[in-house]
Amino acid sequence: MSTAHRLTATGPSYADLAVHLRCHGPLPAADPAWIIEVVDRSGLTGRGGAAFPTGRKLRAVAGGSRRSGAPVVVANGCEGEPASSKDRTLLLKAPHLILDGIALAARAVGAQDMRLCVHEDQTDVIRTLRQALGERRAAGAPGADVEIVTVPDRYVASEESALVQLLNGGPALPLATPPRPFEKGVRGRPTLIDNVETLAHLALAVRHGADWFRSAGTPDAPGTALVTLGGAVAVPGVYEVELGLSGAELLAVAGGPVEPLRAVLCGGYFGAWLRSDRFAPARISARGLQNAGAAMGAGVFLALPATSCGLAETARVARYLAAQSAGQCGPCLNGLPALADALTGLAMRGDRKAATTIASLAPYVAGRGACRHPDGAVRLVTSALSEFGDDLRLHTSRGPCAGLRRAPILPVPAASSRVPERV
Amino acid sequence: MRKGKDSGPRLRVDPIACEGHGLCIEAFPEMVGRDPWGYPVLPADAIPPHLMRHAQRAVAVCPVLALRLTKT
Ligand code: SF4
Ligand code: SF4
Repeated sequence: MSTAHRLTATGPSYADLAVHLRCHGPLPAADPAWIIEVVDRSGLTGRGGAAFPTGRKLRAVAGGSRRSGAPVVVANGCEGEPASSKDRTLLLKAPHLILDGIALAARAVGAQDMRLCVHEDQTDVIRTLRQALGERRAAGAPGADVEIVTVPDRYVASEESALVQLLNGGPALPLATPPRPFEKGVRGRPTLIDNVETLAHLALAVRHGADWFRSAGTPDAPGTALVTLGGAVAVPGVYEVELGLSGAELLAVAGGPVEPLRAVLCGGYFGAWLRSDRFAPARISARGLQNAGAAMGAGVFLALPATSCGLAETARVARYLAAQSAGQCGPCLNGLPALADALTGLAMRGDRKAATTIASLAPYVAGRGACRHPDGAVRLVTSALSEFGDDLRLHTSRGPCAGLRRAPILPVPAASSRVPERV
Repeated sequence: MRKGKDSGPRLRVDPIACEGHGLCIEAFPEMVGRDPWGYPVLPADAIPPHLMRHAQRAVAVCPVLALRLTKT
């Protein structure tokens, strides 16, 4: 089990409509009930991070339409994870697969109104999508009337209730008690919000059937997934893999580690660290990584070299996450900087009280915001303390380690420079 | 912090609206705690009948209507 080529079957460059159809074949004339049935049986789950069963979501939205009017389909291509580039890669290489998925999902739930959300600064993605939509219009293909919506480039802007609020003409901020989108979302209509990769898988599952979909992966994690592999691996990048492979096999997909590893950050900045000896045998799937104490998230895996400082790396990301708080909720606004400061103190100065401070603050931050942003940040910070226990002792007994001299491994967008470095 | 099992009325805060002045904490210290920044920490458990008046007082005292009592 290693790389797979379903979503990536058309190769590394842009697949226009002709290439797309030659590779995947035409869209079948499936009726709505059949689409939902196939997606249900395929076992497809959301690839945006939540891993919710896609078939169940389709059913909920289709069912809601009897009460409050024709549903809306929203494809989320915003890629909130700063270290992830799989949605962007898919949007640039295989937009027709995503547009097929949107059209099929719309047919399944009875929607006319279809939107595709991308970040406003990704001008190349927007240009590619315009071209793909143009090709569809010329060919009279379904999904030609999908509307491209640009979203402000901020982390929590792509959170579900923030997207719905933006699409309803409001600011792209999370809501405290949003109505459930499948009941009352965009324009008060039942709204299906799915990640773009999920919709691309849906397009193939409907073409080839549930059994075909399940022929890759494992019974409890069927299919393939796009992953972003980065850090100290030979060939960092976006790959498509069969779910259920081991951590060691996953690293081999990117050419393997280029030096001995200390740990792997799983699931991106909403995820958790796993020490390399615990990562190697872990199964790469939502359940497998959960069992190992981490998360699959949006499929980001970053390999940290043995000579890097895991505490300092995490402190930088924690500062970034603190700056990305929408600043609406007290515990998030105050708690994230406090956690980031404590971790920075530990990494930079060997602050002995930091671990206790973090342990005592964490319960006051997790679960106390309107959205899950603070929960993810807390998970990351606390996983650093548990997985880098040796470093922790070293830092508090002998001060900052040599790893601080290495260039940072975890990418943090430039926006974080707005955060004062409280060192 | 949100795990209480028993059913009954519960206090809920809208974390976006709450300004953390803590009037609710003063009104209902028996069950509403204070976090390190002054925001209310609500009980996970249902409000027992003999403390309902206090819970209602906490809801009434909030200047920004951030606090409410829910049925379940
Ligand atoms: S929890 Fe944080 S990021 Fe989420 S809405 Fe509240 S302030 Fe914004
Ligand atoms: S009284 Fe209202 S605004 Fe003040 S802390 Fe309590 S819930 Fe928040």
